[in-house]
Amino acid sequence: MTESTIQLQEYKSEIKSTWCPGCGDFAVLNGLQKALQTLQLKPWAITIVSGIGCSSNIPHFLSTYGFHSIHGRAIPVATGIKLANPELTVIAAGGDGDGYGIGVGHFIHAMRRNLDITYIVMNNQIYGLTTGQASPTSEKEMVTKSTPEGVIENPINPISLALAAGATFVARGFSGDAKGLAVLFQKGIEHKGFALIDVLSPCVTYNKINTYDWFRQRVYSLEKEGHDPSSLTAAWGVANSWPNLDQKRDRIPLGVFFQRSDIPTYEDLEPALRKGPPVRQPLGLANPEALLEEFR
Amino acid sequence: MSQKELILRIGGAAGDGGSSTAESFAKICTRSGLYAFTYTSYQSVIRGGHMWVQVRASEEPLLSQGERPHVLICLNQPTADIHVPQVREGGAVIFDSESVKVEKDRLPDAVRVLAFPLARMARQYGNNPLMKNTVALGAAIRLFDMDLKVVEGAFRRIWGNKKEEVVQANVKAATAGYGHPDGHGGSLNLGLTYSNKPRILITGNQAIALGALAAGCKFLAQYPMTPASSIMHWMADHAPEHGVVVKQVEDELAAVNMAIGAGFAGARAMTATSGGGFSLMVEGLGQGGMVEAPVVVVLAQRAGPSTGVPTKTEQGDLNLALGAGQGDWPRAVIAPRNTQECFRLTTEAFNLADVYQTPIIVMSDLYLSEGYRTVDGFDFNVPIIRGLLAADGGEAASRYLRYKITDSGVSPRALPGQKGFQFDAGSDEHDEKGELISDVLAGIPEYVELRRRMMEKRMRKLQGLLRDTKGPELWGPDNADLTVISWGSTQGPVREAIMNLEESDGLSVNSLEYAYLFPFHGEETLDLLRGAKKTLAVEGNYTGQLTRLLTAETAYKPDAFFGKYDGEPFYPSEISAKIREVMT
Repeated sequence: MTESTIQLQEYKSEIKSTWCPGCGDFAVLNGLQKALQTLQLKPWAITIVSGIGCSSNIPHFLSTYGFHSIHGRAIPVATGIKLANPELTVIAAGGDGDGYGIGVGHFIHAMRRNLDITYIVMNNQIYGLTTGQASPTSEKEMVTKSTPEGVIENPINPISLALAAGATFVARGFSGDAKGLAVLFQKGIEHKGFALIDVLSPCVTYNKINTYDWFRQRVYSLEKEGHDPSSLTAAWGVANSWPNLDQKRDRIPLGVFFQRSDIPTYEDLEPALRKGPPVRQPLGLANPEALLEEFR
Repeated sequence: MSQKELILRIGGAAGDGGSSTAESFAKICTRSGLYAFTYTSYQSVIRGGHMWVQVRASEEPLLSQGERPHVLICLNQPTADIHVPQVREGGAVIFDSESVKVEKDRLPDAVRVLAFPLARMARQYGNNPLMKNTVALGAAIRLFDMDLKVVEGAFRRIWGNKKEEVVQANVKAATAGYGHPDGHGGSLNLGLTYSNKPRILITGNQAIALGALAAGCKFLAQYPMTPASSIMHWMADHAPEHGVVVKQVEDELAAVNMAIGAGFAGARAMTATSGGGFSLMVEGLGQGGMVEAPVVVVLAQRAGPSTGVPTKTEQGDLNLALGAGQGDWPRAVIAPRNTQECFRLTTEAFNLADVYQTPIIVMSDLYLSEGYRTVDGFDFNVPIIRGLLAADGGEAASRYLRYKITDSGVSPRALPGQKGFQFDAGSDEHDEKGELISDVLAGIPEYVELRRRMMEKRMRKLQGLLRDTKGPELWGPDNADLTVISWGSTQGPVREAIMNLEESDGLSVNSLEYAYLFPFHGEETLDLLRGAKKTLAVEGNYTGQLTRLLTAETAYKPDAFFGKYDGEPFYPSEISAKIREVMT
């Protein structure tokens, strides 16, 4: 007996999104649903965990299990879920404020752990839900509600940060390239290890600088230019094209910057998981008296 | 108390090995058939400073660390300077004659000096400089009339059969020390009998971890913080064998959120910390209440505020536990009163967390968490109650409502991986499915009503939690002239003070003791206090945090309050003094 193919529709929920018309996050949602369908993953064996922000509403729009967590904590919640039941496909998702601002500590540690989790960051370089303050990826000089004379901090470069922290799959997508997004999500989910997919996802309401057009004039495909994603050195080179200290912003690479598939995942190394998923282990002590010996 | 007892105090600098020598002695006491009780006074330094440990042991179970020592081992000069005047009459002071001096006029009456070259003697048996402690320990063993064979058994247990040469070298060092008191006054003749009955020597933290394991804990995420760290240490040691994922993580924000994630996924999950880390967990805890995820959180208190006195004890975090989180969410706050309860109430906490699908807070303190106590054993017949699960309820997947409004407030729980039951757990206010009503629906009359009903659904769990927990225990004589009110680890010193006063002054005092602090058992409290003639609340904090809770819940105001916030544990003598003061 062959199982029937899961249709794209089956990954969609009944909940209508509340994003502004034109929001880059729609392309992420569509791309993710497409990737899940391509991979034929069972919706009930997937958990999507988000934080807080416009983009973090995404679990509600999919038919999978969802955990709409608190601000900045999508990664630790996702980590707990994955370690409790490694058989689940766990995807964390959220915005740049959530992941690179308030949650940046967890982001770094999750990467050095190389958990088998896919992390999608919808990066719009602005705080949208709180109506337009500077974010960790807002570029220098950007005028926002919280920076009326312009941002004076350098933006975080999530690609460089991920490379430095030991992520084994580092990619950037663009909401103006829906097909490319679906492919990147598919690769990220298939990757054994931590996958960061930073998505340039324009905020049409509060970011009037980094618009679809602005990006279209600058983006290019790493693959087409012959970038070798197995080379960390090459990855560092292209990661620095944008953003960077020199405020150069003429060329923005898209695609897979770096991938290493031969690094053991956290789940591979965690001793307790040798027995199988913790959620399925028998509870209680079979031989408590033996445990007491050390106390005698 | 009139029971026969012995007290050994060992002092030195951190790094002198005083605490491991004391731990060995507590093990020797336990293996000799005594009940041991230890208190370690240490500082937040790894080397240097001044630390001391007191080991008290008796034929009967002990309630506190006791008072003045019979025998003092000075591992350095400051120990002699600080502690010699406290040695009991008829006792002895042991130190290395080549490195420590004790002036005759500082010695209390009838206290013997056993000064001999500990380090020089130890060098005959091995290169480890800490073996001089073993020589001193040997002398103490002789003073207490203990059996060298028990010492050997204890050393073998501590250093293991793999290091037989270490065991033998230490046995030789102890034997050398053991010979010294003969010819220098011999035994102290304390009159203790040694039954050699096997029992267990364990810390509160180890008992909590053991309870967690017995309850089926499969996930522990923790960030190191005194005095909670040893929960993680013990669990890490036993994790692979029992399939428990134990993770030291980047901070307490991660710890609590990972535990909530694991709990949501269906693993019994726990985190442990002290007040500082618990403060960081506060937002996460509210999330646990909102998404209805089971998790057990151990809050091992130390002296605050802020970094406070990291190595000292206090009961200053009750308000924090009661109030943790923005908005109201249902929780239980449980404070084990002794080591046995550290085990038992931790197992209960896991059941309450699963049954009520909400975070349960277990509060200990440094005194209870880090102190060793001898116990007879634990009841491993631990019930494991997972609560309402979607599949068990026969809920049709298509009509499944994760947050279904029920009379109990508890809704059948589906776990990720269960086909057809997919839902969203939302930290925002949500409807019965888990979908947001916080954004575009907020303020619309229908959803205003739903918000109210969802709050009430969650908060109704408090009724069940009240039903499934117990009221305070009234210990001691009926119709006492004074009732002492306490919570958590203060139980022991209070009981000992009461027993002492009955014996010495003929006073009739009883004790109202809380383990289950929230939801608060107001009716039982008023029933038990109805006959109270006078009440004294004793708490290890400044403001009287239980006292205020009690008054807020019942309008009853205790007549007097004794708060201790100097970082040291309660001594029965100071409670006795306060009781006398209040009763006259």
